[in-house]
Parts: sequence; C-alpha cells; structure tokens
Amino acid sequence: MKKILTGNQAVARGAYEAGVHFASAYPGTPSTEILENLGTYKEIVAEWAPNEKVALESVIGASIAGGRSIASMKHVGVNVAADPLFTFAYTGVNGGSVLITADEPGMHSSQNEQDNRNYAKFAKIPMFEPSNSQESLDMVKYAFDFSEKFDSIVLFRMTTRVCHSKGSVTLGERIEVPIKKYEKDFDKYVSVPAIGRKLRHKVEDRLNRLKEYTETSKWNYSVDNKSKVGVIASGMSYEYAWEALGETVDYLKLGFTYPLPRILIDDFCKEHDTVYIIEENDPIIEEFARLNNKNIIGKDLFPYTGEMTPDVIKRCILSENIEGVESNTELFVGRPPTFCSGCPHRGFFYELGKKRKKIVVSGDIGCYSLAVGEPYNLMDWLICMGASFSSGHGAQRIFDMNPEENRRIVSIMGDSTFFHTGINSLLNTVYNGGKTINVILDNRITGMTGQQDNPGSGYNIQGNNTVIGDIEGICKAIGIKNVRRVNPNELDKVKEVINWAMELDDISVIITDWPCVLKKRYQPEDFEKYNQMWQTKDYVDQDLCVGCKACLRCGCPSLVFDPEKKKVSIDENTCVGCDVCLQICPYDAIKKVGE
Amino acid sequence: MTKSIKLVGVGGQGTILATTLLSAALVEAGFDVKMSEIHGMSQRGGSVSSEIRYGQKVYSPVIMKGNADVLVSFEQMEAARTIDYLKKDGVLIVNNHKINSMVTLNGKVQYPENIINTLSEKVKTYKIDATDLAIELGNSKVMNVIMLGAVVKAIGLDHLNFEKAIRENVKEKFIELNLQAFELGKKQV
Repeated sequence: MKKILTGNQAVARGAYEAGVHFASAYPGTPSTEILENLGTYKEIVAEWAPNEKVALESVIGASIAGGRSIASMKHVGVNVAADPLFTFAYTGVNGGSVLITADEPGMHSSQNEQDNRNYAKFAKIPMFEPSNSQESLDMVKYAFDFSEKFDSIVLFRMTTRVCHSKGSVTLGERIEVPIKKYEKDFDKYVSVPAIGRKLRHKVEDRLNRLKEYTETSKWNYSVDNKSKVGVIASGMSYEYAWEALGETVDYLKLGFTYPLPRILIDDFCKEHDTVYIIEENDPIIEEFARLNNKNIIGKDLFPYTGEMTPDVIKRCILSENIEGVESNTELFVGRPPTFCSGCPHRGFFYELGKKRKKIVVSGDIGCYSLAVGEPYNLMDWLICMGASFSSGHGAQRIFDMNPEENRRIVSIMGDSTFFHTGINSLLNTVYNGGKTINVILDNRITGMTGQQDNPGSGYNIQGNNTVIGDIEGICKAIGIKNVRRVNPNELDKVKEVINWAMELDDISVIITDWPCVLKKRYQPEDFEKYNQMWQTKDYVDQDLCVGCKACLRCGCPSLVFDPEKKKVSIDENTCVGCDVCLQICPYDAIKKVGE
Repeated sequence: MTKSIKLVGVGGQGTILATTLLSAALVEAGFDVKMSEIHGMSQRGGSVSSEIRYGQKVYSPVIMKGNADVLVSFEQMEAARTIDYLKKDGVLIVNNHKINSMVTLNGKVQYPENIINTLSEKVKTYKIDATDLAIELGNSKVMNVIMLGAVVKAIGLDHLNFEKAIRENVKEKFIELNLQAFELGKKQV
C-alpha cells in the first residue's frame, strides 16, 4: 500500500513494522510527531518522558530487558541524553535500540545549529541518515536488526526537511519480533571501571566490524552519469543536489554515515576530476575525504551555515541566480509570531513589564520566549531547557556583589520545562540559600511544540487520565516557603503577587495557574476550577474609547486600532474573553458581551 | 516537468489542510509528489508557508525563489512578502483578505494599501473573495478549501478526484461543508 507521509510519520511506521515494543520521547521541533505517531499503534508502549535523558534511559532499560525500543528527540535533546548514551554505547543492546536525532540546519525552531553527526563519532556508534520519507521507513526498519547484529544502539540522524517533508511511501507489514530472553550479565551491563575497561575494547572491535560493513552497505552507493565531476552527499543534501544538478554529475550517496566508507570515498574521488561534497552544517564527510584526496571542493565554496537548498548549490557551483517576480518592500511589514488571543502568559508579562527597569529576566524555552518581542521586550537571556532558574541564580550571586545596583532576578519557565529540568535548578537555588524570584507559567500543557501532554497535564500520550504532578507541592517539598499561585488573567492579583515577591529578602516561587488556550483535553473539575473558560467575549464601547492605546500594551492580536477613527475594536472571531484588556482600559470602555 | 506550488498565509489559516488535499489528489492521479512545511514557532500568528511539488520524479521538497509556478496566498500582505518566489510568468492566486500583524494592530505602522492591484500589474493574478464567501457559507475556516477550489480550476487540475481527497482527510461532520466550499471556489475562476 502507498501513502503520502512525512519523514516523521514514515519513521514511526518503520519502527512499528520492525516490531518495536517500547518508545519514549520528549517533544521538540522537528522530532515531535515521531512519538505522536508511535503513540497511535496499540502494539507499542509509547510514553512522553519529562526530558530526553529520562526518555533514553527508559529505552535503554527496555532494550536490556529484551524489547525493541526507540527514543526520539531534537538535536539539543541529545545533549540532555548524552550521559546515558555514551555508556549504553559501551554495554550494547539486548533488544534492538535506535536513537533518533532531528537536527535543524537553518534553525527554523531552535536555539542553535549543532551537527549531531558528531555524536556518532564521539560515542563510537553506527549512524544512518535518510534522505526522504521512503528511506526513513526502510532504514529504521533495517536499523533494529542491525542494532542487534552489531550489539549497538544506532544513531538515526534526520533533519527538519526530512522530518517535515511529505513523500510517497510504500508500507509493509509489522513483523512480530519476540521479546528476547533476559539473562543477568554483569560483564555486559554493569559498567564499573573494571568492566568498562573490557567494554572499551569491545567498542573498538565493533568499530572495526562497522568499518568493514560500511564499504558494502546497501545504503552507500554511487550513481554513474558518465561525468568527470562527482558529488558526495547524504540526507536531504542528496535530494537537493539532484534537483540542482540532475544527470550532469555522478553521485556517491551515503546513507550509512558512521563510520564513513574509506575505500568507496577514495575510489570515487580517484575516478573524478573534481568532487563536490555537499553537506549541511559541519564538514564531516569533507574532512574525512580530504585525508587522502586533493580534488575536493566543500566548505571553501558552500556556506558553513543554513540549508544546502538547490538555489544555494546552483549559485555556488553554476554561478546561477534565478530571479522571480520583483518584490516591493513597501507592500509588506513584519509579522512575527505572538501570544495567542487568550494566552495566559499575557497578563503576567503585562504586569511584569511595569517593573522593567528594576528587574533582570532570565528566560527559558517555550512559548513565553515570545516575550522577548513587542510589546513586552522582557527577556535578558535564554540558554536552554531548565536554565532560567539556575542561570538566574548564578547571575543574582554576582549582582549581589554590587548591592548598590540593586538588580533583582526574575526567572521564568513553563510547567513542561519545570518538569524537564527546572526542578533540579530550583533545588540548587533553595539549597544554596539563593534569593531569586522564580516564576512557573503553568498552562498545563507543552505549548510551543503543539499541545503535547506532560506530567502536569493530567493525561498520557494515549489520552488516558493520569496523575497531575503537583508543582506547588514539589516547590514546598524541596524547602521553599514562599510559594503562591495566581490567576494570570486577574491583573490586580498578579501585580500584588509580583510586589510581594520583590519585597521578600528570600527565594520565592510564583505559579501562574491558567490553561493554554489551545489545550484540547480537560478533566471535569477543570471546568469548575477555570470558571467560564473562554466562554465569553469582550467588546469596545466605541462611545467611550478615546484612542489612548493603553490596552494595546498587552499585545493581544484581537485588539485592532483604527488609525482613522482613532479607536480600538475587538475581533469577535478571535476574542475568548480573558478580560486582560478590559482591566487595563483606564476609561472602562471595554466590556463583556451580554453584561 | 516538475510543477511547484507555494501556499502562504498566517498561522491558523489552514494552509496545511489545503496542501494535504492537493497532494492527496495528485498522488491519486499517479504523480510523484513532495510537500514541505515548517512547524513550530511561526504557528503562533506568524507568517506560514507550505510547498508542494509534483511531476514524474521529484527530488527537492522545497521551492526556491523564482521557481514557483503558482503562488497561493491566503492573505494580501503575505502575497507581497513572498512574491519573489514566483516565476516571472507564474500565476498568483490571492485571497482578498487582510489580517493585521502585531505592528499594524497597535497602529505603529499602517497595513499597506493597494497590494493586489500592484501585484496584478506584474504577474497574472486571480483575486478571490474566499473569506467573505466562507463566512456566507457559515464557517470562515473553509476559506482554505474555497481557495483550493479556485486554485485547481485556475491551473487546470479540476479533473482530479478532490471529492475523495476531502472525504479521506476531513473530519466527518465537516465533509459536506468542505465539498460545498470546494465547488464554490471552482466557480470563482
């Protein structure tokens, strides 16, 4: 059967067909839909983990116990999971095990552009790189047998365009693979130093076997178009190269990319006058090929950053610039992403903005990173998941050495980020007697990646009810006495709680408590707790509006200013009646429909 | 020969469903199809785009500047923003609708005037009142399928089986509405 699938859907399907028993992930663009799709197969136990390290560790346990298992994450997630990865690389597997890394050349939705192909060499594990949806399915299906044969976790490297592009895919059937027998084996799985030293040699033996395999792997092959010019490429760059250059060059297509095939690459270089190596991010194939070959053109010609799209390749190799219809820049203005109408982050950032001069805001990863933009401009730095509390703590330590400056840190993260790595960060601050203000924007969902459930949402990935992690209870249990919850849509209360925290000479936690406007699943008591949630609308009484634009400072996309009438109105299609603007209006011109 | 269609709009306008329906019908008709979209941050009210390429054998899922045969814009300003993706002899199909961005909402700058007229002087343009028609049909969200109807008529793909694509990709209770919207869209060209 043929279906049109994204790379993410195809890789989930491939894992399903390979008989996978267990899957775990933390959401992260562009990897999120892999576990979402795995979660639709009743044969697979699929779980959202609170972070990538936990996801990979669960997968490691599942493999040791004999199940086929898969973890998926975005590139920066592998940094979080690197600790277990490097030792699992030593122990090897029982059931086949695959780690999917979804890299982001061009940084469409990420904070950096790290090339996770480096992890394969670093951890000494085999790596596959699909170029399209069909290969995503076929390769991952192959990778589980491969993992068991070579006794190693497999790194499966995808990129944004492979993950999120759709193509025609031929589906197969699921192979029911029996769970392998579990036997105690200290010498394989207990990596104390004495055993680690033995395993280290096993890793080297495996690498040697992999170096033999890569020369004859069916995923590494050349395409002869009778040209004296060759192109070596892997992943999406291979498709881009075909699009740009077609049959004018020969190709060496690499799908199994660690270890790289020494003989195949050297022979291909010898057979061609010039060899272009087209790869996104780091010059990994290039540096390998240059060891023995001089006729190579790589990052000396192609950009070191961004995607190697066909226009880039044509511009670099053929000096060809294609021009389309001419643009008139006066016909458009910026359209940055923004908090949704009814977003519970709005009220909090509106009130915090009034303290702008006194505070330094330590930010984190999530929708609230949009507070860096207009009209809030409320974020001094943003590093990685869970870093706001800990980096805020370190900064406060230094600021306190200059007490006359009186700088106060407000650290901000969401509920999912708190469960991810924020708990440790907060524990550090309270343990060491830090005095920062720590805000948890609890919207009961993992928002930015598309409303995935998490340990605080009340649901698991299959949509079944589960425990709701008690954020307030966690904060109190680690020793924080000053913990307050506030409805972020009630501005007076938000203002009061921020003032309360600012005046304390002690660590505090503010939990804003209101669900994401896009959250899909609610338990019945939620509707009672969040009274009249999005059931109402607000409007502007045009007779009372004086056009002062005070309401626009809350940055709601439902508020429209008419420059001719000099009045504001509210778009009734998008307003959900959060009442934030209604509380801001100094002329009481904003009212509730029907009241 | 590979054809390239780029669809642009504002997060939440349903570009992805329109692209999914179009690609489903093209696959059904035997074309090799690739489609690309970017998820994540831009979804929160920002500019969005998805891309579809079809032919005998398609390699790249992305469309380069100056390479789109057809540019479909669900919003006026987004057409102006992405017009340089369109080939000089390409076709623009634009929804006659304006959505403010944060900077025009708060009155800092004005929403640009005369977008469609200016663009139509440069390139063959179909202006569709898709949002108004969708509201008349009773659900502003089917604007995307009205636009799809107009697109397939304008570029001569209306012989493909879109009814099947709609039935297989749209939630049951919205199928009839979307079929109506599709037919209405075709009549606009």
